[in-house]
Formats: sequence, C-alpha cells, structure tokens
Amino acid sequence: MPFVKPVMAGHIFNLTIRRYFACYNLEKTTTFPIKKAAGLSDILVKIRDLHFSRGDRKIFDGLSMDIPRQGITAIMGPSGTGKTTLLKLIGGQLTPDSGTVEVDGLNVHRLPTRKLFELRQRMGMLFQSGALLTDLSVFENVAYPLREHTKLNEAMIRHLVLLKLNAVGLRGAAQMMPSEMSGGMARRVALARAIALDPMMIMYDEPFTGQDPISMGVLVSLISELNSALNICSIVVSHDVPETLSIADQAHIISAGKVIESGTPESLKNSTSQWTHQFVHGDPDGPVPFHYPAAPIMEDLYQTGK
Amino acid sequence: MINALLNKIQHLGAATICSFRRLGRASIFLLEVMLSCVSMLTRPALLVKQLYSVGVQTLIIIVVAGLFVGMVMALQSYYALVDFGAEDSVGVMVALSLLRELGPVVTALLFAGRAGSALTAEIGLMKATEQLSGMEMMAVNPMQRIVAPRFLAGFIAMPLLATIFSAVGIIGAYLVAVQMLGLDSGSFWSQPQNKVDLYLDLYNGIIKSLVFGFVATWIAVFEGYDCIPTSEGLGQATTRTVVHSSLAILFLDFILTALMFAK
Repeated sequence: MPFVKPVMAGHIFNLTIRRYFACYNLEKTTTFPIKKAAGLSDILVKIRDLHFSRGDRKIFDGLSMDIPRQGITAIMGPSGTGKTTLLKLIGGQLTPDSGTVEVDGLNVHRLPTRKLFELRQRMGMLFQSGALLTDLSVFENVAYPLREHTKLNEAMIRHLVLLKLNAVGLRGAAQMMPSEMSGGMARRVALARAIALDPMMIMYDEPFTGQDPISMGVLVSLISELNSALNICSIVVSHDVPETLSIADQAHIISAGKVIESGTPESLKNSTSQWTHQFVHGDPDGPVPFHYPAAPIMEDLYQTGK
Repeated sequence: MINALLNKIQHLGAATICSFRRLGRASIFLLEVMLSCVSMLTRPALLVKQLYSVGVQTLIIIVVAGLFVGMVMALQSYYALVDFGAEDSVGVMVALSLLRELGPVVTALLFAGRAGSALTAEIGLMKATEQLSGMEMMAVNPMQRIVAPRFLAGFIAMPLLATIFSAVGIIGAYLVAVQMLGLDSGSFWSQPQNKVDLYLDLYNGIIKSLVFGFVATWIAVFEGYDCIPTSEGLGQATTRTVVHSSLAILFLDFILTALMFAK
C-alpha cells in the first residue's frame, strides 16, 4: 500500500517543480528556503550515547552527535571506524546495543515498521556502489520510489524523472542500463533517485571513493549545489578529506568508537590535536603509528633465523 | 589429549548451536515470506514475471530430461518384462513410475539445480551490491518485492513442471515402446487408463511436487537472502542451495511415500 496519498503526491510534484526551476533553470541565486515550522528543532539527527558491536568488536562506544537540519555535515574517520555503520544506524537498518538515534524527533529504533518506512521516505541515501536496480533502466530506477509511494500518473512521473535526471546532468542517459554506465554516472543516477521524493535529508556513503578527478569534481559540486538548492540536511561520510571539507559546513571526526573532534572545516584544519592534524593532513606517522603493533624487528628476524 | 578431545566436543557443540540458529532464522524468514505473499494480490505483475523466469525458463531442461527419462524407462522395462511375456505392461509401469516418483523427484532435483541456484545467486548478488539495502532505504520492503514473488512462483511452477515432465516422459516411452520396439499401441495406452488411479497416483504425485517446490524454493531464497555478501559467500550459498535442496527432496520423498502408499 502506498504511504503517500494522492494529495501528498501532488505536493511532491509542485515542490520539485518549484525547486527545480528556482535552482536549475532560472536565477541560480534565487532559492525558496523551506520555512521552519514553529517548534521545529534546528537539530535533525540527535545521537546519544550510542553503543554498537559486531561480534566481539566494539564499533561505537558511547558516541554522541548532533546534525543540524540544514547544511552539509561531514563525518570522517579512518577506514573501519564505522562511518557506514553509523549511516545504517541512522536509517534504522541496524539496531544499536544501547543509546538512541532520533531523526526529526522520532526515535528510529522504537518506531514500528510502518512508521519507520514512512520516515525513510523522507530520507535519501546514496550508497557507495550506487545500489541501482540492475534489471531496470536509469529512467525506471529514478521512477521506482515514485511508482512505489505515489499515485502520480505516468506523464507526471515522466516529468519528475526527467527533471531529477537533468539536475544530475544525465537526462540524455535515461534509457541506458546501469551496466552500461561508469561508476561516477551510476552514483549520479543514484543521487537523482535519492532526491526523487524530495527528502528532508540525504546521506552520502563514501561518494568520492574510486572516482577520477572529473567525476569527483562533478559529485562535489552536485552535493554542494543540491544541498543549497533544496535547503536540506546532507550527511557526507567520507575519508576524502580535502573534497569533503571543501563543501562541509561542519565536520565530525570519529575514531575508536567516539567523536574525537567536531567543528568547522577551518577549525579542524587548525586543530591542535595531534590525531586530528595527522588525519586532516594525511601525515604517514603520528598518534596512528605507521607500523602495526608487533614485536621488535630484531626479535622477529632472530626467531626466523633460528 | 584431554584438551584436544574437549576442543572437539566444543566445536561440535558450536556447530550444532550454529545449525539450530540457522534453522530458527530460516523459520522466521519463511514466516515473513508467507506474510509478504499477501502483497502479491495487489502486484500480480511481479508474480507473472517470476513465473516466467522460474517456470518457463526451466521448461526446456524439464522437457528434454523428461523425454529421455521416459525413453530409458521404456527400454529398461521392456528388457525386464519381455522374458516373462509381460511387455504389454511397459506403458503402465512407466506411467506409474513417472507419476508417483520420477516426475516429482527428478523435476524437483532439476529445479533445484537450475532455478534454485539462479534464485540464490540473484538474491545474493542483490545483497552484495546493496540493492536490497537500497530498497529498504527507499522504504520498499524487499521481502514483498523481491523474495515473495520468487517464492510463490517456485511453489506454483513446480507441480506444473512435474506434470509436464511426466507427460513428456510417457510420450518418450510411447516412442520407444510402440514406434521402436513394436509393442501394441492399444495396450500401451489402455493399461495405464485402467491402472493409474486419479487420487492415489496423480494427486499424490502433485502433492509431492507441491511439497518439493515449497521446500526447494524456501531453501533457495533463504540462502540468497542470508548469504555472506562476498563472491566466496555467494558461491557457498549457491552450492548449499543445490546440496540442501537435493537432500531435503530425497528425504521428504521417502517420508511422503511412506505416508501416502502405506497399506
């Protein structure tokens, strides 16, 4: 059963048209900011004392974080620190051992399935692989959430899909299959699909990984422009420091299951913390040692010689 | 020595617990799938698409295998019966063997090898490429859109395929017995008409194939959904589908035969 009623579907269409023409066709400077309803908090995602483990391995150990309703928030950290896991916890795909994750005032892990799915309609997520449905064309992939959750007629769906694809520069690739596209193009299509229902937030999981400089540049500017055009919350998980910090309004660096530093990109670049300095500037040695813990080399060599 | 023995017992215990956990997960999964099948009422197109993929595309292997099995059955029956002057019973022997046993069992084994492994690989690959996660994040339940149509299609397709297998097998036997070996066409067809019982033979064969279809498709979709999303995990899951389905089919065949044909 579609969750979005026909009236709501019409609202989505109007909103998209208004935003699209405001942001992509008319004056670039003209935007229509979404007015904050009375009593609505500035914080969209509130994470408190989050604990999560995989087997014996602790991923999060009392992590707390606030993500504002508007702007780009970067979550950075070395590989394996649980950045993608954090997005899955925010999206309700994983359940924490303890702690709370609230999105728009709703405790994600206490919601019944139907309410959780309703909440997810207001979230968009861009997966690292794009996660496009391989048996559907680009057009059908972008149309998929609209067909599932609205009762829009075919002509309206076509208009919406073409507008979304045009926003990511791939209107001309509408009839291509995902297998015919490069990784960068697949991510742009996935981005068009993520904004299909005009979500209040978009989560980006490692959007720049494995991209050539041109594709990376395209994705960086797309994320930035879409965020300012749509006036939404963008959460970018990445370890590509320069690209991410260039568009982020604020950033959190996580390591060892906790947030070790938060602030604006400038404040993180000038941080006095040795750890943050090593991560942001990519120093090969520092608090995170170059060598994986091991016995002294002479001891190892001597034993091998024996 | 004692430590090694204790370790082995510990491993055995861990493996047993792991197996029961998996069985529990598979049972809960089955319950979810069956509840999700209700959604097919509003989306019949999904079911039709899967019926084509699971049923129609398996048809070739079923028809070819059925034809040869029937032909071989006719030859073997003829060589065994001709010494006793009972070669006219080839038709009824082949018909009963196919309808009661070979039709449902061989079809199920072929189905597990062709369609079951394909279902596991498809769902497993969707998991590995985050397509299932992507659907969840689009507020679309993959159980309803991906798993349920495939499960229902397998359940519906199996008895149809088994019936086609038996029918083609009997035609194959006719070609060998009547056209090649020169048996009388009238006795080839009339004996099965007298001896094959609608309830005891035909219906029981269909019930068997329904059970096999249920189990083989359940194993296939569960293995795909539960697989470790790596190339190695996917390979293991596909192998498990074929092995577990085949063993389950043969075991259930014994149980069902004992229940159905007990005197």
